[in-house]
Amino acid sequence: MEKLPTILLVAGVGCFGLAGVLSGYLPLAHLNRIPMKTVEQIVTEPSYEFIDLSKRYPEQFKKYYGEPTVENFRKALKLGRDTYIGEACWHCHSQYVRPVSNEDIRFGKVSYAEEYQNEMFLPHLFGTRRVGPDLIRESGRHGNDWHVAHFYDSTIVVPSSVMPRYTWFYDGEQPNEKGIAIIAYVQWLGSWATPEAIARQEREEAKNGAGK
Amino acid sequence: MPTEAVPLVDRKVVKYHIIAGFVFFYVSLFAGLLYALQLSRIYPFPGVELLSPGRIRMLHTNGVAYGFLFNLFIAAMHWIIPRLTGKPMLSKAITWFVFWAWQGIVGATAFGLLTGRAQAIEWGETPVWIDPVVVVGAACLIVNSATPILRVAKRKLYVTLWYFSAMMVWLPLTYIMGNFVPQYFVPGAGGAAVTGLFIHDLVGLTVTPLGWGMMYYFVPVILKRPIWSHTLSLVGFWGLAFFYPLNGVHHFFWSPIPMYAQYGAVMSTIAVEIVVFTVVVNFFMTIRGKTDMLRTNIALRWFYTGAVYYFITCFQCAFHTTLTLQKLIHFSDWVPGHAHLVMLGVFGFWLLGMVEYLWPRLVGNTMYSKKLSSAAYWLATGGTFVMFLDLLVAGVAQGYLWMNLAQWEKSLILSAPFWHLRTLAGSAIICGILLYGYNMWMTAKNPGTRPVEEGSESVPDQKTEGAPSAARSGSN
Repeated sequence: MEKLPTILLVAGVGCFGLAGVLSGYLPLAHLNRIPMKTVEQIVTEPSYEFIDLSKRYPEQFKKYYGEPTVENFRKALKLGRDTYIGEACWHCHSQYVRPVSNEDIRFGKVSYAEEYQNEMFLPHLFGTRRVGPDLIRESGRHGNDWHVAHFYDSTIVVPSSVMPRYTWFYDGEQPNEKGIAIIAYVQWLGSWATPEAIARQEREEAKNGAGK
Repeated sequence: MPTEAVPLVDRKVVKYHIIAGFVFFYVSLFAGLLYALQLSRIYPFPGVELLSPGRIRMLHTNGVAYGFLFNLFIAAMHWIIPRLTGKPMLSKAITWFVFWAWQGIVGATAFGLLTGRAQAIEWGETPVWIDPVVVVGAACLIVNSATPILRVAKRKLYVTLWYFSAMMVWLPLTYIMGNFVPQYFVPGAGGAAVTGLFIHDLVGLTVTPLGWGMMYYFVPVILKRPIWSHTLSLVGFWGLAFFYPLNGVHHFFWSPIPMYAQYGAVMSTIAVEIVVFTVVVNFFMTIRGKTDMLRTNIALRWFYTGAVYYFITCFQCAFHTTLTLQKLIHFSDWVPGHAHLVMLGVFGFWLLGMVEYLWPRLVGNTMYSKKLSSAAYWLATGGTFVMFLDLLVAGVAQGYLWMNLAQWEKSLILSAPFWHLRTLAGSAIICGILLYGYNMWMTAKNPGTRPVEEGSESVPDQKTEGAPSAARSGSN
């Protein structure tokens, strides 16, 4: 047990491999039965908030995105996600609602595996710390105006906030490409699981069920 | 045996790694202080893009892990491995290539993080284009330091080398798995299981083996007596190898990762604590009857304080990775409290102890001031423990407020005094490490004025064949 080959093969490769199979590969194989989707598959129309941004900041929007089309919305979502990563938003905000501690009452529907099986969660942004609240059910919780003020200086709308200022998301006081992108992204998070979206899905399922 | 022309230990590279490690240590410490000031709402650079607190936070964690800890661990490997094997590292060229490559990697990481190009893998925020370079650098380090071990592979190895050689397998596997699989192949919950493994393996299969490996070398050398129980050493090593990598999923409890993986992580985490107990007992039995040395030998004091902190943090781990306690403390300040005790209080302290021992031998002077050494120790020890307790209590309070559906802002108002105290505790740590650095500077200033008494630097060990004879040649 003190010999090099034993250490390298059994402890090094063996134990690592065993753990990789048990706590990496098994859950992974299990989850892979849910098909992975691309951004094109999950985002089929521009969101209400994205269109709203184009009306509130027409000059800025025209300059950076042109028209609020679905292609431009996807572009904004990807840039918004990159910004969310680069600014380390995910170190102070989580992106999953747990089935415990009254989190479903505070945030909304408990997270489920399917909603993360797409390109927008590669890599996942679960996060490990909540200085600010969870964001996976953030869609539509606040208006675009609120977000514009909040990213500029969060204490305007939340006096006790410790969130940093993101003044480089703005040209003067108007959101720029990054500003529009991050708001579009945050407003998109959980748009598939708002109470309205869930009610709509249930109605459709009921209709399909009745039609059979 | 090495000829006179090729010294066994490249002292210069050990010294350079220590200096580079301290440079990054200071950068990381001040980055941590800046981030703490943001939470105390007195951030000095609001609205400055390159100094945005979020980016500074990543600089803090990555600087500590890759800049400080790894630089000093590489120094430890360069000092210890040739002494235990009696063979020098493979090549001086590789040694220096690794040194400069590593500083380049950490510097490029800092640049990438501050300009907003982070990768969304916790503890692996290194921008994606640097990841392959890290793998190359690590491969060179491993080839260089595995060679002397391979040359004595027929012998039974001393415990330090078990840890070091296993680490040489684990480090590349861990790094490649964590930085490439969730980034390019596996989204969502499956990716979270893999990043959980990565976060945990980086600490458990890279930092921990390096830390325990160097402890098994330096503690017997300073105490001039062998480790108490060879059997417990074996239990500790094999227990770590078997149970530690199974813990990964415990970073994402109550997430959409399948529950069987979460239950498994609870069980194996509790099993790790039993293993930890054997190692800690082994070290405390080794010092029995010589505890007065803790007053006179400051290196030993760092080592054993770190061991006490290690026991506290691992004991804590057994409780807070239960699904019950996770309901309360997950996402709260409890977790940074725990992380600071592990990374600074345990591995940081061990490395500070190592430098306290090595620095006089590298510059040829005894430490400039024992009082400064002691003051640095007390400031860092006190600061770390206050920060730990402060964040623990803050975490529990935050957890209850969230659970009880208080307005979110209430948890911020409640946290404010805790965050102020954390800033103060952090400042105490920084003062301590500044004193430590000043002491090192003054020690190195006039070389050869207060020569070090060269005692025996071999590991006194009667239980492993091979190690004593190999170690004896270490008095170059």
